[in-house]
Amino acid sequence: MATTFGETPFIKKKRRDEAVVRIVLGLMALAMVVPLLLIVGYLVERAWPLLSLDFIFTNPTHGMREGGVWSALLGTLYLVTVSLLIAAPVGVLAAVYLNEYAKKGWLTRIINLAVVNLAGVPSIVHALFGLGAFVLFARMGRSILAASLTLAIMTLPVIIASTKEALASVPLSFREACWNVGATRWQTIRGIVLPNSISGILTGVILQVSRTAGETAPIMFTGAVFFKRIEEGNPFAYSLSDQCMALSMHLFTITTQVTDAPKALPYATAVVLLGSVLLVNACAILVRLRLRARKKW
Amino acid sequence: MLAPSVPPPPVRPRHPPKIQVRDLRLRYGEQEAIRGISFDVDRNDVFAIIGPAQSGKSSLLKCLNRTIELVPGAKQSGTITIDGVKVDELPSVYALRRRVGMVAPLPVGLPLSIFDNVAFAPRAAGFHDKQELAALVEQCLRQAALWDEVKDRLHTLGTKLSGGQQQRLTIARALSHEPEILCLDEFSIAIDPVTTMRIEDVLKELKQRMTIVLVTNLVQQARRLASRTMFLWNGEIVEEGPTDVLFSDEPQSRKTYDYVNGIFG
Repeated sequence: MATTFGETPFIKKKRRDEAVVRIVLGLMALAMVVPLLLIVGYLVERAWPLLSLDFIFTNPTHGMREGGVWSALLGTLYLVTVSLLIAAPVGVLAAVYLNEYAKKGWLTRIINLAVVNLAGVPSIVHALFGLGAFVLFARMGRSILAASLTLAIMTLPVIIASTKEALASVPLSFREACWNVGATRWQTIRGIVLPNSISGILTGVILQVSRTAGETAPIMFTGAVFFKRIEEGNPFAYSLSDQCMALSMHLFTITTQVTDAPKALPYATAVVLLGSVLLVNACAILVRLRLRARKKW
Repeated sequence: MLAPSVPPPPVRPRHPPKIQVRDLRLRYGEQEAIRGISFDVDRNDVFAIIGPAQSGKSSLLKCLNRTIELVPGAKQSGTITIDGVKVDELPSVYALRRRVGMVAPLPVGLPLSIFDNVAFAPRAAGFHDKQELAALVEQCLRQAALWDEVKDRLHTLGTKLSGGQQQRLTIARALSHEPEILCLDEFSIAIDPVTTMRIEDVLKELKQRMTIVLVTNLVQQARRLASRTMFLWNGEIVEEGPTDVLFSDEPQSRKTYDYVNGIFG
């Protein structure tokens, strides 16, 4: 057969297939962006009449028919911060142990199984556990602390899983090279493993912010209230033993309980919730970009 | 029985051996990697280990510095002594690993600067004097024939070096804790022949001060460098003796002759 550089039918077919696949995959990827834009656009459009800085910095008034979302926003901020302050260190350190120290035995397998299953527990069950364990048994009462602990238990397994993955992405050969020159496991972890997985670890932790901020069930029984008036503009208006309002719960309340609220109110609340979560995510991306720029292999 | 009876190591009326291995066995779970081997390595000598893949060469090196303990499922029996002391009775495994330098087959530049790559081991041993560190780093990089290429960019990333440079960086790192024994595991598979020859020259020089265990797939490299050579096959010693004998026309085993002459394997 003479060698030709012309288009055989097979080459034509390959090129056509390639084009079709590219378009289909591209459309699917685009389909991810559309709902987000629609959601954000719709929310902002509906919420427009109420959106202002005042809305963020004033308490709800008149049975939540007027005013802003200050006490709810601050409550969410407290819940997210406190729960992550508890869950992040515990989760990251546990993951370091599981990935770097634990021998492959039945105990490790049980722990890993527990982590996976804990991640699958529905949030309402976490809520009941939090009510029993923290509010009643530990006598914390309904409080920011009890609610945060409940949220922390809910986020822990996910933080452990994402941290383990970040640690596992550091090649084993780096660890072996360190062990070969007489470094201990901890020297290896501190010197090589953690600095090179920190961006992945942080990403995993920060992704939990949006989840924590959005959950309603776990805090409903353990520390969130329908209404609480606090000092406006004071970021330290809550204490850990206080009950608090939360954006997610506030949204739930004004949509289902306050039927004669202005139409824009729930939408404006949703915009604040979404906006604060997106803001945190944007910070996470910036941090990750900075750390990734130092990526070393 | 699978394992042939091991001939007693020949009596050599010289210095006591640096390393003595007696009836070393190693299994990974069900799989037997080393099936009872015994040999001696002389002080200030180059001892070559040749053999095909899966013959237990790299596992043997891991036993020498006890990094085998970090491999899940590995079980070792038999004894290894260095200067007459059993390695598993040493008080500090970290001190042992500093005495036994290890160069892995694929170059591993740690994700640190070139300087920090070499200074890692001394720092891990609690050695922080800046001037002494700088002197040590320069000395090790010179010994590894890398200094001239990197002296102006010591603070750039070690991982950005070429493969051959990274391999020499790995050697510099292995020298940085001033080992008595230097183990090289197929150090030349990632580098070009010219660089290989340069490093071989370095090894000849280092031999004055340390004992070198050289695992290699290049049988001619063993011939060039080693005074004694061991031919491993499937976790057993086929033949161990003076390199001249193994590479002669009449080694003890026909298998050795075929292997070193490229008739099989």
